[in-house]
Amino acid sequence: MSIQESVARAQSTLKEQPWRLFASQISILVRNEVRRNLFTRRRIWVYLLALIPVIIILIHYFLDKNTSASQLEEDSFVLAGIVQLYYLRLGIFFACMGIFTWLFRGEMVERTLHYQFLVPVRKEVLVVGKFLAGAIISIALFETAVLACFFLTYSRLGSTGRSYVFDGPGLSQLGSYFLVTALACVGFGAMFLALSLLFKNPIVPGAMLMGWEAVSPIFPAWAQRLSVTFYLKHLCPVKLPVDGPMAIFTIVAEPVSPFIAIFGLLCLTVAILVLSCFLIHRLEVTYTAE
Amino acid sequence: MTLDARHIVFDNVSKFYGEVLGVNKVNFSLEPGITSLVGPNGSGKTTLMNLLTGLIKPSHGAIYVLGLTPQQPVEFFRQVGYCTQFDSFPPGTNGYDFIYWPLRLHGFGHNQARKLTNEALERAGMAPVAQRKVAGYSKGMRQRIRLAQAIAHHPSVLVLDEPLNGLDPMARAESIALFEAIAKQGMHVIISSHILEEVDRISDCVVLMSSGYVVAEGQIKEVRREVRDHPMQILVRCSNAAKLASAAFELDHVVEAKILADGQSVLVRTRDAEQFSLLLNKIVSSGLVEVDAVAPADDDVNSIYQYLIGSDGGPA
Repeated sequence: MSIQESVARAQSTLKEQPWRLFASQISILVRNEVRRNLFTRRRIWVYLLALIPVIIILIHYFLDKNTSASQLEEDSFVLAGIVQLYYLRLGIFFACMGIFTWLFRGEMVERTLHYQFLVPVRKEVLVVGKFLAGAIISIALFETAVLACFFLTYSRLGSTGRSYVFDGPGLSQLGSYFLVTALACVGFGAMFLALSLLFKNPIVPGAMLMGWEAVSPIFPAWAQRLSVTFYLKHLCPVKLPVDGPMAIFTIVAEPVSPFIAIFGLLCLTVAILVLSCFLIHRLEVTYTAE
Repeated sequence: MTLDARHIVFDNVSKFYGEVLGVNKVNFSLEPGITSLVGPNGSGKTTLMNLLTGLIKPSHGAIYVLGLTPQQPVEFFRQVGYCTQFDSFPPGTNGYDFIYWPLRLHGFGHNQARKLTNEALERAGMAPVAQRKVAGYSKGMRQRIRLAQAIAHHPSVLVLDEPLNGLDPMARAESIALFEAIAKQGMHVIISSHILEEVDRISDCVVLMSSGYVVAEGQIKEVRREVRDHPMQILVRCSNAAKLASAAFELDHVVEAKILADGQSVLVRTRDAEQFSLLLNKIVSSGLVEVDAVAPADDDVNSIYQYLIGSDGGPA
């Protein structure tokens, strides 16, 4: 088949099967973005954000030899605190800020965004492809980190820990931590992707978002539903015994079912992605303005 | 203006960056062939190309490329290839991947994309270095790999922003031959360049730009007619330049007569070339001055450009 025939044939196929084209474009975009952004020196600080608790628990693993039942309870609270107060509030938040804002804004800085805009790819497909790539990167990093934290926490306790994991609530808690981590990456990721399309420098709006996520529990219930952590708190398997001002990060004022929490967060994410699809149409490639 | 499946149409297009003018009230329609955008830096050539390809949006007006707009990217970018001036590449990419993956985004399968990639690399003379990282390429090689990417999917409209920059004479000649071959297939090739002699030679149409405005547009001879109110320049090589210059000055229609550095040539600017020819005949037949050669000095883009915007059109 000649090249001209190949071109004509490919073009007619694409006209007839646009959804197949969109799916193939998304998979190519995801592949290229993951290759480009997962293992890179620019992401070292993100790896550190994910690994800091792992390193601390590893040190604890070697230094603390107490393996009693009371230690099991204490370690479970420590792990819950790491996930709820560190990963959800800081680690994943800042990592998503770095990963998702870089998806478009980074290409502006590197002056390569025009390559994405000069191919026959709908802007909406580009947003979805990049978002999925960011989600895969962040979920892979933080799920690995949470798994490592979980393994180190309970393996240190020997048979007590094994029994807690395999005969007790351990595995179900691990599943919940995985779910919460993935939803946090998806929810914060969508927010930062939209912010990067709204603002040239998303640091200030990012700080405002962090403030909102922290203080949203004191707002009316309808307003709390616009916060990612509102949904995540309902899915955390271990309730932290936190008193004082820190309780604002863990308190659940109006409990909702896990199904509503998951569905609500996914709806919020989709709504923000739809907004991003509108915003991307406003984006112009003017590198001199960056 | 109407949607036309063969033409590129700019319909009253303006672009402002805040208060700053990019281009203003651009109206023209281009037929297939080679069209050159000529103007100094900041005249709006790149803005016009970025508007054409949808990288930026017009503040007013509309642009149609073969009846399509960049708001229909799937159809539009199958027809359009754009070799930008931005000398930047995705980090870590090699020449082959730089062309192959965009082709996959076009929807070509692995084998088709591989075939088209190899063909584009051959046409741009980049096949031997395709597996090397783009970061290690010379400026000319980077220019050619961008050109290869722009032509790889066989577009009907090829937009090239300063495509000859950084190329050695051999690569420049090869690129020009490639542009001519593409245009002969009935495609649009739109080139911006400061190398006026080369643009002049290969262009079917020129668009002259200055400070965001299109100051003239059409075939070179048409553009020349547009500026016929301006004096015409005639270069005369003769045995006595001073005598010829003094005789020319006596004519009312001669605006300027300049003796050139070689002392053997006079550059005459006249509003009536026919009358000046008669004077020359008279001088030659009287034997006062021997004339070796007479040639119009301004029938190229560069001189028209001088007339129009009072600049030589070279890099600012």
